Amino acid sequence: MSSEYLVEVKDLKQYFPIKTGFFKTTPLKAVDGVSFDIKPGETLGLVGESGCGKTTVGRSILRLYEPTGGSVKYMGEEITASNMQEHRKHMQMVFQDPYSSLNPRMTVEDIIGEPLDVHKLYSSKQERREKILGLMELVGLNAEHATRYAHEFSGGQRQRIGIARALAVDPKFIVCDEAVSALDVSIQAQVINMFEDLQEKLGVAYLFIAHDLLVVKHISNRIAVMYLGRVVEIGEADEVYNNPQHPYTQSLLSAVPIPDPIIAKKSQRIVLTGDVPSPMNMPSGCAFRTRCRFATEQCAQECPSLTERKNGSQVACFHQ
Amino acid sequence: MEKAVQQMPKKNLLSSQIDLSKFEKATEEEKRQQDVMSESTTFFKDGMKRLMKNPLAVGSMIFLILVILVIIFAPMIVPYDYASINTVNGVRDKGAKNMKPFEYSEMELEYMAQGGTVFPHIMGTDEQCRDYFMRVVYGTRVSLSVGLVASVMVLIIGLLYGSISGYFGGKVDLVMMRIVDIIYSLPDLLMVILLSVVLQATLGTALEGTILARLGSNLIALFVVYALLYWVGMARLVRGQILTIKNNDYVLAAKATGAKSGRIIKKHIIPNCISVIFISTALQVPSAIFTESYLSFLGLGVANPMPSLGSLANYARGGLNSYPYKLLFPAVVIILIVLSFNLLGDGLRDAFDPKLKK
Repeated sequence: MSSEYLVEVKDLKQYFPIKTGFFKTTPLKAVDGVSFDIKPGETLGLVGESGCGKTTVGRSILRLYEPTGGSVKYMGEEITASNMQEHRKHMQMVFQDPYSSLNPRMTVEDIIGEPLDVHKLYSSKQERREKILGLMELVGLNAEHATRYAHEFSGGQRQRIGIARALAVDPKFIVCDEAVSALDVSIQAQVINMFEDLQEKLGVAYLFIAHDLLVVKHISNRIAVMYLGRVVEIGEADEVYNNPQHPYTQSLLSAVPIPDPIIAKKSQRIVLTGDVPSPMNMPSGCAFRTRCRFATEQCAQECPSLTERKNGSQVACFHQ
Repeated sequence: MEKAVQQMPKKNLLSSQIDLSKFEKATEEEKRQQDVMSESTTFFKDGMKRLMKNPLAVGSMIFLILVILVIIFAPMIVPYDYASINTVNGVRDKGAKNMKPFEYSEMELEYMAQGGTVFPHIMGTDEQCRDYFMRVVYGTRVSLSVGLVASVMVLIIGLLYGSISGYFGGKVDLVMMRIVDIIYSLPDLLMVILLSVVLQATLGTALEGTILARLGSNLIALFVVYALLYWVGMARLVRGQILTIKNNDYVLAAKATGAKSGRIIKKHIIPNCISVIFISTALQVPSAIFTESYLSFLGLGVANPMPSLGSLANYARGGLNSYPYKLLFPAVVIILIVLSFNLLGDGLRDAFDPKLKK
């Protein structure tokens, strides 16, 4: 069975039990009904503020957490706990922190070779080494770095090692979990360009999780905006960026620094009041209503679902 | 480069724009210099290098190696036995009682006058005409092996218990750690004394005729007590280490590549906590030696005629005014061994704990 989409996420839910009393636990709704799909070779940017569940979405898709509800399909096939091992060859992950995501006691060769070892993707030692050197070349590392340890590299180089590890199994889908946010700006640009080159060469699809909107706009075909465990807006990157429909997206985009001081002076900043509500005690109806400029009685009673707007974006808001 | 310079817009006098024409292209050699990184070292090599720079740790290591060589080879060279009376040319020498270091008895002097050679009594003899040096050597053997065996037992039990508790977490961890808390709250010296008394009674008959009988039920009891009580510290340490390591991103990354628990434990968790565990074992050795020594001093240690450093010190108490050196020798050996193990353990910790890296 095949499908137009590479990855389909439907109504994904991830609740974590939190102890609130001696015997009582309350679910923390980190992800609450997220749906989106990604075509082969496409990049979906996932943005939102800290703690809104972006990382959890990425990890639940890869079943690093067992999802509470919903389904994830790869090429039309439902992913379950039992067939995940096979799918780990198709879906990989690049981590946020290049310092803690590499084992300090392993050489670069062993780090990149680990997925090969796990899935037994080589027949001889020679083949393993050749594959590893090929991957290192692909991400711009020298062959003589193979016997070194992770602590001997800079942040950008470490992230390249992490990317090479993700590419080792030749995946079709990579979750980039804040893959560039720990790097400084010039290195960010290098790594992002590398992501784009790799996409061109290998045809991988990315779920690009980030909080930097400019980075996301640059790399993504489409953008999904999350707020408190839900997707509030999803659409083509340019439309979401230039013509945001959801009040949350609007305020988020107004906070992006503009490099030209003349334009920056003219632009209006939409400042949100109040704090993000706790995901353990979510407001009724629309989660954003406590901070929304347009909130009405209806927002408190019903939860808006994603509906298509004129520009093709899907938006979860009652206000046009 | 040339082209880029030409393409630059004309520089404003007040602007801080960089003037590209003032830059020189890097030569090949300069580019190569940028590539050079620090020399590749493994974790172990790096740690050993730091350890070798610590004079106290190196000194302790040399001293311990010397002690081990002496206790292995001295019985082959010195012609006396730790358990029986001195003999001169096959005749028991009853006059060699409580001699000072390097003193000879009448029989020995007579024999030497006849042209025989007598090995000197480096530390004199005791009240039963036994060579004191050999007794100290055998005492050191016993004390050191008690220290090592007890530490290894603590290591094995603590490692197994702690890793199960830490890796599985949750309710398993909760129950296992409460048991540790209970054992921790028992007064250990009291438990050691009670257990040795009980075990002495039960083991005494059970061990008869085996090699273990030579060690004495007290020593066996000491091992059992150590195994039962002192592993808790190690178990806590291992659990703590595993709890921090298993939450690292590289463990998650390994899970994302599809690695199973066995591989994660073997490749990621153990290599990252093994140094801390070994260091703590090295520090456990002196504490075990100490425990053995004071139990022997209290008369709960090894069985006569097998000496241990603690029991030698205990016997020496009797003639303290006349023969103070009999207390001095075993006491100094205990102090030096315990001190060296502590210094070595400290040195190892400083050298191998990445958090203490300067």
